[in-house]
Amino acid sequence: MQPITPEDIQIRIDQLAGQNLYVHLELTTGAYASHLDSTRHPASAFISNAAVRYTQGSISGTGPYRVGLKTTQGWVYAEGLTHVDETEKERLILAGHDSQGKLIVALQLSRETF
Amino acid sequence: MKAEDYTAMKNQQTEHQRILVVFPHPDDEAFAASGTLAKYIDSGAQVTYACLTLGEMGRNMGIPPFASRVTLPAIRKEELAASCLAIGIQDLRMLGFHDKMIEFEDQQRLDNEIMALLQELSPSLVITFYPGYSVHPDHDATGAAVIRTIGRLPAAERPLVHCVAFASNHERAIGKADMIVDVTAFLEEKMASIRAHRTQFQAAELVGNQELTDEEIRTRFGTEPFWTYRFD
Ligand SMILES: [Zn+2]
Repeated sequence: MQPITPEDIQIRIDQLAGQNLYVHLELTTGAYASHLDSTRHPASAFISNAAVRYTQGSISGTGPYRVGLKTTQGWVYAEGLTHVDETEKERLILAGHDSQGKLIVALQLSRETF
Repeated sequence: MKAEDYTAMKNQQTEHQRILVVFPHPDDEAFAASGTLAKYIDSGAQVTYACLTLGEMGRNMGIPPFASRVTLPAIRKEELAASCLAIGIQDLRMLGFHDKMIEFEDQQRLDNEIMALLQELSPSLVITFYPGYSVHPDHDATGAAVIRTIGRLPAAERPLVHCVAFASNHERAIGKADMIVDVTAFLEEKMASIRAHRTQFQAAELVGNQELTDEEIRTRFGTEPFWTYRFD
């Protein structure tokens, strides 16, 4: 994983627009959040391989970054993105890592299922 | 033989020739039981480790992150194999369930897989998580499936079950561990097993980034507690 360069991500987002894609979207504090600190409220959600098609999308912010994708019927949104898997050429694999290095958010787009 | 004598006999560490370990995540074995398993293996036991998932939804990706959601399962598969090698586990089964989803899985399918392993291996000891006292929903659901399945066997055919528990309230509910294994002689295997999980062990709440002294390793990792599950 490499820190995000927003200009590169914008190019990738544009390349994937207007196509039938699969999205993996995830936000998580982890199952151990309240075990380690009882004041923390554990919360997670993920959806994997949901079919999605967006007409326009962009990355914004100064880091951590936000991504919003305008789909045919609604929106896909993720905040807190910091890293990209630079080895992936076809798929867009974005993640946000917290100060301890743990994954806290993920947004992934692919023409094939994950 | 009286029931309690039989249990005492089965509890003897050296008695176990065949052991089945059932945990949901690669690295559960490392932190909870690697020293104990290395010890049993050293005295001749054959160990089968059924690992239900690849931990593909884990949050630790290495420090700095070198794994992603997409690459994590393949990386953790290799880490798991390396950990088993470090412990000496002879038989690793990856059952292919989805991480985080054990509690939502088809129970029949889960129980059938565990029953098939019990019938194939006839273990004298099974090691798993204590249902309800193991923090992660996958841990609790795995322990529950193992207990449910073994509970279906006639009492005389049930293997001994040693559970791992670490919820913050667990001692109030299930008392103190009745089996505390001294693994100080197997810390080399245990630390090698933990460090095999390269994406995981540097997390602050696990081992952290600092090199631990031998003293710290002995205090933190020198014993492994287990609770014998009582079916009645
Ligand atoms: Zn676990």
